[in-house]
Amino acid sequence: MAKYLLLKHYRGAPAAVNDVPMDRWTPDEVDAHIRYMGDFAARLEASGEFVDGQALAPTGMWVRSDGGGRPPVTDGPFAETKDLIAGWMIIDVDSEARAIELAGELSSAPGAGGAPIHEWLEVRPFLTEPPTMTD
Amino acid sequence: MEIDELELRSLVPRALAVLVRRGADFATAEDAVQDALLRALHTWAGDPPRDPMAWLVTVAWRAFLDRTRSETARRIREQRVDAEPAPGATSSDDDTLQLYVLCAHPSLSAASAIALTLRAVGGLTTRQIAEAYLVPEATMAQRISRAKRTLAGERFERPGDLTTVMRVLYLVFNEGYSGDVDLAAEAIRLARQLAATTTDPEAEGLLALMLLHHARRASRTRADGSIVTLAEQDRERWDSTLAAEGIDILHRALARDRLGEYQAQAAIAALHVDAPTFAETDWVQIVEWYDELSAITDTPIVRLNRALAVGEADGAPAGLAALARVPAGTARRTAAAAHLHERNGELELAARLYVDAAREATNVPERTHQTRQAARVNQLLARRLDGAPG
Repeated sequence: MAKYLLLKHYRGAPAAVNDVPMDRWTPDEVDAHIRYMGDFAARLEASGEFVDGQALAPTGMWVRSDGGGRPPVTDGPFAETKDLIAGWMIIDVDSEARAIELAGELSSAPGAGGAPIHEWLEVRPFLTEPPTMTD
Repeated sequence: MEIDELELRSLVPRALAVLVRRGADFATAEDAVQDALLRALHTWAGDPPRDPMAWLVTVAWRAFLDRTRSETARRIREQRVDAEPAPGATSSDDDTLQLYVLCAHPSLSAASAIALTLRAVGGLTTRQIAEAYLVPEATMAQRISRAKRTLAGERFERPGDLTTVMRVLYLVFNEGYSGDVDLAAEAIRLARQLAATTTDPEAEGLLALMLLHHARRASRTRADGSIVTLAEQDRERWDSTLAAEGIDILHRALARDRLGEYQAQAAIAALHVDAPTFAETDWVQIVEWYDELSAITDTPIVRLNRALAVGEADGAPAGLAALARVPAGTARRTAAAAHLHERNGELELAARLYVDAAREATNVPERTHQTRQAARVNQLLARRLDGAPG
């Protein structure tokens, strides 16, 4: 089994095929989308492939140490051009092919007009623990 | 015979009090009782003891002796083992109350006080608490150990202030539930126990507040977790038994004529529960209770909720005027503004504010709800344009 991170972006990903902001959908289309996402996670739990899923607020800031007993320096809010992560799902699957298959399903969640969004998701393999046997 | 987990958990603070009164230090005694609790959960299922309290005290006392290795502990052991009190030793309500106060000590952070209260008074296992708060079990175990180190040297017999205790229970109630423990139900159980051990009418106010909110719980979310607003809730699904109990307890508390913030909040919740429909809600009286509440604790969130009630009692312009006195940056202020502007007929502004409210939301159901509100108002606007002449 191998773990993969599926990353969804608020900004910074290539434009989705069905690229309409959610507040321009109908309330029923919003409901259908939420239902699809919930069902997707439930299906992965049932198949033993779900690890975690979290959503992030669009707010936040950069922080770095300023050294020498001074409080950390902050820089924010984020610039409108910054690549911005919206949330993630972590899956534990047999193969890269399966990770891609699942990311594809997640990307086809319904959006405006009930049509799939076809948004771009980032799929990133985890670095793993070294194997017990190396030869 | 099945073990009743709730009954077992209710024995935990009493067993802990017995150990402390025998001279055990609080931190080690608390660990020892947790050891005994875990053993009870494992072994009682098939074969529960005839005297569960005596069993728990005996096993916890042995665990305490196993855990203590210092010179002092040896001394306690030498002195105490022979003179071990009869099993089944009881503890009093005062002991329980002191445990509540100690676990909610002002030197503890809210998160630590919550964790310690749930374990030492609530009788939950570290794993259950960790699951409920979605952190690893080892993290929760550390949080509890650190809390107890902070308390080292605090006297158990210290008379205390119930304000922090009630605050902790209020926070537990508000957490809702995840994992296999229903934290709202657990908070109610602990508030009930607290109200039974003190004459402070605020403890009854807190219990009434929890019961009145809990009565509406089933109607507040859909099966998919999405939010149902008060106006849309199916009032047939409100639990009338819990509501009636909450109202009874509130009346008893109010009769003592020592009003506090929990009683005032419970009075507002009671007026909602009393209303046969949203339209028939007694908003005027609710605003009066918010005025009472502001006099006790004038917080931004009280002002915000008051503004929404004023909007219902006196119309959206009055609500917006009241909202102007709520500081910017208050949680859910933008959502309240969106709602009041929509009621005031300013749909374009309302739609923009709902989008902002979604961006500011601090949880997923709230974000979805505000997005859906924006979608709904934008749909109204689109229809209006379609239907417009020319």
